[in-house]
Amino acid sequence: MKSDAVHLELGRRYHFAASHRLHNAQMTEEENCRVYGKCNNPHGHGHNYTVEVRLSGMIDPATGMISNLADLDAFVNERVIEPFDHRSLNEEVPVFQNVVPTTEMLCIEIFERLKSFPHAKLEAVRIVETSNNSFEYAGE
Amino acid sequence: MVYLTRKIEFSASHVYHNPALSAAENKRIFGKCNNPHGHGHNYRLEVTVAGEPDPVTGMVLDLKDLKELLEREVMQRMDHRHLNIEVPELAEQIPTCENIARVIWSLLDSKITRGKLYRVRLYENDDLFADCYRNGAGALK
Repeated sequence: MKSDAVHLELGRRYHFAASHRLHNAQMTEEENCRVYGKCNNPHGHGHNYTVEVRLSGMIDPATGMISNLADLDAFVNERVIEPFDHRSLNEEVPVFQNVVPTTEMLCIEIFERLKSFPHAKLEAVRIVETSNNSFEYAGE
Repeated sequence: MVYLTRKIEFSASHVYHNPALSAAENKRIFGKCNNPHGHGHNYRLEVTVAGEPDPVTGMVLDLKDLKELLEREVMQRMDHRHLNIEVPELAEQIPTCENIARVIWSLLDSKITRGKLYRVRLYENDDLFADCYRNGAGALK
């Protein structure tokens, strides 16, 4: 089969746990309460997040791989898992001091952190926040 | 367009080893997967077919046909087999998720009886999978 007959993507899932609070300082207390409900609790709450990363590229015939997993794991661990796991997203991830850390915004932030991966093209970041909610961002 | 997906599971063993590389290089690149005795996985395969439902049957593709095709082409070929040794289509390549997905795509693509093969997704475990699409078809977002 010709190698250009198909488009291949590698998918890898990572896990971290973090707390957040959905609150927009530009809105009144009542508005925050109305918009964010329980998620506006000032003490915050947390989730076990699953981050699915999908990458495309050519298979290296020597390894059979789009990207060596050890390289990908190290990159994601350094840029996402280490800085996010067991943290407060609002307090400890600088971008979320000005951006409400919804999982939509978390998808965009993680995509931005990973898009420079040198060995394959980042296609999409999908985050499963709970078994009922998931979000996906594929760039612009 | 409607997308229909069927899932099957099979178990198989494999080893990652490139004879063109030194033993040390194989160990460095493939790590535990280079163990010459091999190791195995419970693979999970999701096959997605895209098409318009038949106005008479309401089906994109008769699931019985797809079930039989997957039994014949994938289960009989790969289930409880050693992928390097017993699956000729994988003999000359490293049996990674990417390569197995690509081989399964090529085994199925011309044999789908109705609709068109859209995606082959092969999970090696819950946290690692490969997707194979027709080039230019774009991903199902």
